[in-house]
Amino acid sequence: MDFSLNDEQRMLDETVTRLVADRCNPEQRRTLIQERGTALSSLWRTFSELGLLAMPFSEEAGGLGGDGIDLMLIMQALGRGLVPEAYLDGLIIPGMLLAKLADDSQCERWLTPLLEGEHQLALAWHETASRYDIDMPETRAERSDEDWHLQGRKQVVINAPGAAALLVTAGLEDGSPGLFLVPADSDGLTRRDYITLDDQRAGDLDFDLTLPSSALLASGDSLLAALGETLAHGRAALCAEAVGAMEVACEQTLEYLKERQQFGAPLSRQQALQHRMVDMHLHLEQARSMAILAAASLTLPEEQRDYRIAAAKAYVGEAAQFIAEQAIQLHGGMGMTEECYVAHYAKRLILLDHALGDRDYHLETVMAHLDTAA
Amino acid sequence: MNLQFTPEENTFREEVRAFLADKLPTDIQRKVRLGQQLSAEEHVRWQNCLSERGWLAPGWPVEHGGTGWSPVEKHIFEEECAAANAPTVVPFGVNMVAPVIIRFGSDEQKHHYLPRILNNDDWWCQGYSETGAGSDLASLKTRAERDGDHYIVNGQKTWTTLGQHANMIFCLVRTDPEAKKQAGISFLLIDMDTPGISVRPIITLDGAHEVNEVFLDDVRVPVANRVGEEGEGWTCAKFLLTHERTGIAGLGHAKQALRHLKDAARRQTHRGRPLIEAPSFREQIARAELELMALEVTNLRVLAAARDGGAPGAESSLLKIRGSELRQRLSDLTRRTLGPQALPFFADFLAGDDDTLDDDQSFAAAATAQYLNRRKLSIYGGANEIQKNIVAKTILGM
Repeated sequence: MDFSLNDEQRMLDETVTRLVADRCNPEQRRTLIQERGTALSSLWRTFSELGLLAMPFSEEAGGLGGDGIDLMLIMQALGRGLVPEAYLDGLIIPGMLLAKLADDSQCERWLTPLLEGEHQLALAWHETASRYDIDMPETRAERSDEDWHLQGRKQVVINAPGAAALLVTAGLEDGSPGLFLVPADSDGLTRRDYITLDDQRAGDLDFDLTLPSSALLASGDSLLAALGETLAHGRAALCAEAVGAMEVACEQTLEYLKERQQFGAPLSRQQALQHRMVDMHLHLEQARSMAILAAASLTLPEEQRDYRIAAAKAYVGEAAQFIAEQAIQLHGGMGMTEECYVAHYAKRLILLDHALGDRDYHLETVMAHLDTAA
Repeated sequence: MNLQFTPEENTFREEVRAFLADKLPTDIQRKVRLGQQLSAEEHVRWQNCLSERGWLAPGWPVEHGGTGWSPVEKHIFEEECAAANAPTVVPFGVNMVAPVIIRFGSDEQKHHYLPRILNNDDWWCQGYSETGAGSDLASLKTRAERDGDHYIVNGQKTWTTLGQHANMIFCLVRTDPEAKKQAGISFLLIDMDTPGISVRPIITLDGAHEVNEVFLDDVRVPVANRVGEEGEGWTCAKFLLTHERTGIAGLGHAKQALRHLKDAARRQTHRGRPLIEAPSFREQIARAELELMALEVTNLRVLAAARDGGAPGAESSLLKIRGSELRQRLSDLTRRTLGPQALPFFADFLAGDDDTLDDDQSFAAAATAQYLNRRKLSIYGGANEIQKNIVAKTILGM
């Protein structure tokens, strides 16, 4: 049993933490958000130069062979800075799917530039009726001769506005799910862009288009296995990001309680508020344990992996909400304002739960496997 | 023991319903239902409907234009308004400054201001909190110095709700810096057009412009605009804070929010079935329903006591704590019900300026913004921690 980081991990942690502190303070973050366009940011180029984009990918895929702990360290640091870059949705998730499912020429065209920081991608899977399930898309794909015809609508595709190509889930004629590679400039693809309440870029997409037969990356069980592993990484990554954001929300709240004077004394002297602060700290440390458990479970057999990941995601989602709400409450009216930086952490902590299945969704998984899981 | 409303009260409810069905403008109703922000014109248009019927000021004495309703009738009225998605009456004139003027104001002040409030001629806002004086309101620093027939006011107020539409502000100011904290405070009525007043928007975390900062820089206010005696502003402030507290649980809003939550959970699909049928989620809705049932009866107990002559005291703190917690919980469940659809931020739609969203998007658009906005319920009007202090001290004697 050893929870300490090895030398490489410590170096990675320090590098990303320092980078985020230097390049994503509140003002820099606002600029990063305002200047988001088709071109990738200078911060993203720095990620690339430092090897952060290639880090979590296998060496065969052109990556540096990092593991779940490396991914956790990166995400935690990004969470601390509320970094408005689509590291998870634009890189990790679509990149892992391509690495597993794409052929050589597709990898050369889409994966290599992704890892080199030349473009980003996105996975399009939410639909009106799908909620948090990825395996039953209503978007249809029909085969005609050598082509595929894709028709349907995807909602709330995170990073759609920044993606050079989209990985799109669609049901095949035999009822099994398929995953298609669709370049963003395809005819017959229309997009409505917007931002989310936590400053991510997203969009709704309508598809009515024809694709070459090679556009189908995978279907059926092999696709589900790849999606399962990818989403497990995504969920573990979200847990780590939440821990980073929770750390800062707790730090800023503690600082505020010490500094804010009411009734002739700092708020931090009020025992009721001291206990609340302690509860926040407990939630943080328990969530941190769950994020570590999730990161360390990514290489387990599928069933065990998914059980632990679901448990971690459910737990962290609830802890994140507790900390977000208390951070606002303890900041009083200030915590309700855009100007107060902790409010932005609170929003991210709340909405992070809406990514890749919320706590209700994952708790259902835990309940369903309560008897069989070890 | 009888929990039924009287036949008269039931008839009254029917009368309110008929009025709402007849008079509530459908465009305004739709905006309230979808959680869009109302314009000043829309607020005033609705309040004029209430004025015409004589129902704008249920809390006032009849001789000044009140309705003479009992606390239970007022409760029924509020509940029906919320159920019909009527806008909440902007309280600063009719429910806040008016009772103070009625109780402490001069005849001149009553004759001048009260008809203008009933007629929606003035839009009032509140100048209470300051950046350094929130829960500890009595530590306020805005100064008013006497200069002949005027006060010269300097300072800064904050959390001024809808101050961007207001032409009048009532302010707590310090007229005697030497006196003990509460003793040196006076209550002033200030015309927002007076030179030296500027209003700066505060954007809240839901992206909305609801509250403001108000800066007062050498603002000349006639002494005749002081309500009550100099140095007795704190008495007015305390009166205002304890007046009309029976509606504080927000029960009508909570009931409407629960209906909306169930509606949302029926519309959402989870594994091919409506989400409301998923046992674990259904349980959470059921728990909120239990809390609401209990709160409704607690609220009625306080109302009945008030009707029979007992002024609601620290019980209003209980209602405020539980009412705000419940409404926050309901907004939390509604946001979670909507799943990924709770993520988009359609700012123009929420501001009431855009109508290009489809049905599902419109339905979902306000959920997260409202969840974030409802965080204020446990902060304003005396944070819940302060309310708990009041309960501990007043009810439990701790």
